[in-house]
Amino acid sequence: MMTITAHPTTTRPAATPVIAMKKIVILGATSGIALEVQRQLAHKGRELLLVARSPQRLAEIQADLAIRGARQILTYSADLASIQQHAGIFEFVQRTFADFDTVLLAYGSMHDQKDSETSVDVLLEELTVNFVSATAILTLFASDLERRRTGCVAAITSVAGDRGRRSNYVYGSAKGALSLFLQGLRSRLHPAGVRVITIKPGPVQTPMTDRLANSARFADPEQVARDIVHALERRSPDVLYTPKIWRYIMGAVQQIPENIFKRLSF
Amino acid sequence: MSGQSAAKLRKQSAVPPPTERILSWGRYPKIAHQRVHKPAWNDQVPEIFNAAAPGALLPYGLGRSYGDSCLNAGRELIDCRRLNRILDFDASTGMIRCESGVSLSDIIDVFLPKGWFLPVTPGTRFVTVGGAIANDVHGKNHHCAGTFGAHVRQIGLHRSNDGLVICSSRENPDMLGATIGGLGLTGVIAWADIQLKHVAGPWIDAESIPFQSLSAFLDLSRESNDRFEYTVAWLDCFAGKNPRGIFFRGNHSPSHGAEFHPKRGPKLPFALPAWMLNRYSVKAFNTVYYKIHAARKGVAAVPYDSFFYPLDSIRQWNLLYGRQGFLQYQCVIPDTNLGAFEELLDRIARSGMGSFLGVLKQFGSAPAAGMLSFPRPGLTIALDFAMRGERTLRLMQSLDEIVQKSGGALYPAKDARMSSALFESSFPHWRSFVPYIDPKMSSSFWRRLTGAQ
Repeated sequence: MMTITAHPTTTRPAATPVIAMKKIVILGATSGIALEVQRQLAHKGRELLLVARSPQRLAEIQADLAIRGARQILTYSADLASIQQHAGIFEFVQRTFADFDTVLLAYGSMHDQKDSETSVDVLLEELTVNFVSATAILTLFASDLERRRTGCVAAITSVAGDRGRRSNYVYGSAKGALSLFLQGLRSRLHPAGVRVITIKPGPVQTPMTDRLANSARFADPEQVARDIVHALERRSPDVLYTPKIWRYIMGAVQQIPENIFKRLSF
Repeated sequence: MSGQSAAKLRKQSAVPPPTERILSWGRYPKIAHQRVHKPAWNDQVPEIFNAAAPGALLPYGLGRSYGDSCLNAGRELIDCRRLNRILDFDASTGMIRCESGVSLSDIIDVFLPKGWFLPVTPGTRFVTVGGAIANDVHGKNHHCAGTFGAHVRQIGLHRSNDGLVICSSRENPDMLGATIGGLGLTGVIAWADIQLKHVAGPWIDAESIPFQSLSAFLDLSRESNDRFEYTVAWLDCFAGKNPRGIFFRGNHSPSHGAEFHPKRGPKLPFALPAWMLNRYSVKAFNTVYYKIHAARKGVAAVPYDSFFYPLDSIRQWNLLYGRQGFLQYQCVIPDTNLGAFEELLDRIARSGMGSFLGVLKQFGSAPAAGMLSFPRPGLTIALDFAMRGERTLRLMQSLDEIVQKSGGALYPAKDARMSSALFESSFPHWRSFVPYIDPKMSSSFWRRLTGAQ
């Protein structure tokens, strides 16, 4: 007969329980923020499946992360902006990494806003990459996790999606729409016990933002990645602002009456 | 939807990013750059080359060079910090291949737990591999291990005219020798193979011994160099010809296997007002520092980071010197000319302008790894001087005279003001280095000293 040993009960339960997150799919593995997130996950000995366009770059990251401690790293080269390629990506995940528990969407594109104003092509590309393709691929992963009743869907949107601004409203509206999509998805997946995390970084020093004014003062991607990894591994808020100050900044920005906001040029 | 035309439009409207202020560690000179490229991948470097004018570019790492050797006034920099991947590691030999923007700090974090350490390390861990090679940096083990460049086995070098060039002792050995200590002028290092050294753990058996004269220092140094892998001294430069100081020596500890977790120190948030650093406050600091270490003399096992990187515990310590920044003076004077060394110390002491960071080391006789390597047999001293305009520059000129007369040399990585004549006598073979310079590369330092365009 089996003996049952009583586990000692902890007197003070940890405030945020650690979630057993071991196998993570990263969509857009060569993006500036993803690179840092992956390093930190590798250091913790996690297993990773990385999706990005360039096989050469994927190979470089794979070598680096293996040396830094990742237990297993699979890579798949595909263009995430192209929805036709999504089925192939998902099929690969099912075949090689079927029991993944987390998916992190980390890709995006930010054109010069002026280009989206003068070219409908640029406008549509911006919306497709940041919103349409993102929702398409997330739907595949979400349904799988929902069926397995486990795991976590996380996606990097932006504080730019919290309010439409003159200088960046195309990117902002795509990211804002993605945030709304995640909000609905969260509610849908809640009964299945699948977490959905909306990650809203402020401006971060990555290749995407180098051409913006004052980019040297933007947040350090390492710090942003630390917040993201923490959110993935703890039962922390549904919506993560990083650095944290942006929660308060955007809270204030959202309070500005439209009649005044429309006159602001930032 | 046509993605192609969108891409085209994007390219046309690409405006150069606004330039950010990049300064060297000494925060002098304060110059502006036209543009800073930040490639995240090695495959982006050729595009940067192709778009650049002759002499327009210079690779930049963590900016720990003190003067203008990492600056390119009015032109462009290639910030290599995002090229920070470790591409290969052979656990049986300790050979690593890494990109040029990997920091020594990162190498320690990744490989020390596996039992491997840097073959040579300078006094800060916050330099990139590219910078360590370009300045052929040295450390406390120069007398037995030579410079950093001596442990570089192979380099993949982006060149503007002939793509990626492999440089090793077999292939293009001349280009390897030019790139080691080549101040970033031979091209952009894509990756380098570095031979790490095996260590038992993160502890150093360290000993500190006070001394009261230059000859006492030399005795200690000669006596220690055979038995200790690491030797260096701190010097109170206010004491004149017969300086007092603390001699540090150590070996990797074979016994301490225990792990420890280095903590992050405080950070200096802004430049201190210039008046806070004066001869009285610095003198007082030096006295206290000497007394503490003299009282603590003896042997102890210490964590590697407090042994090698005491200054790294205060981040941005360079802001101590105020808005105007500071100059570091590092020279080497041949062993055979110690009179000149005493004269130098005397001149500094009488000026009353010295600072708390007097570092003294006897170099070994290892042959130079690079064509423009600074270390050579002799005594080297490094001192900081707060920038106080003409007065500071005049003092340094008078030190230059002593160095030049003695047949010594000045360290380019620390320099922002030496004369062409002193550069010429420090590096008499510099003209044979010129053919190896990449036509798209130049630096403020190089233009200042050689008159290159």
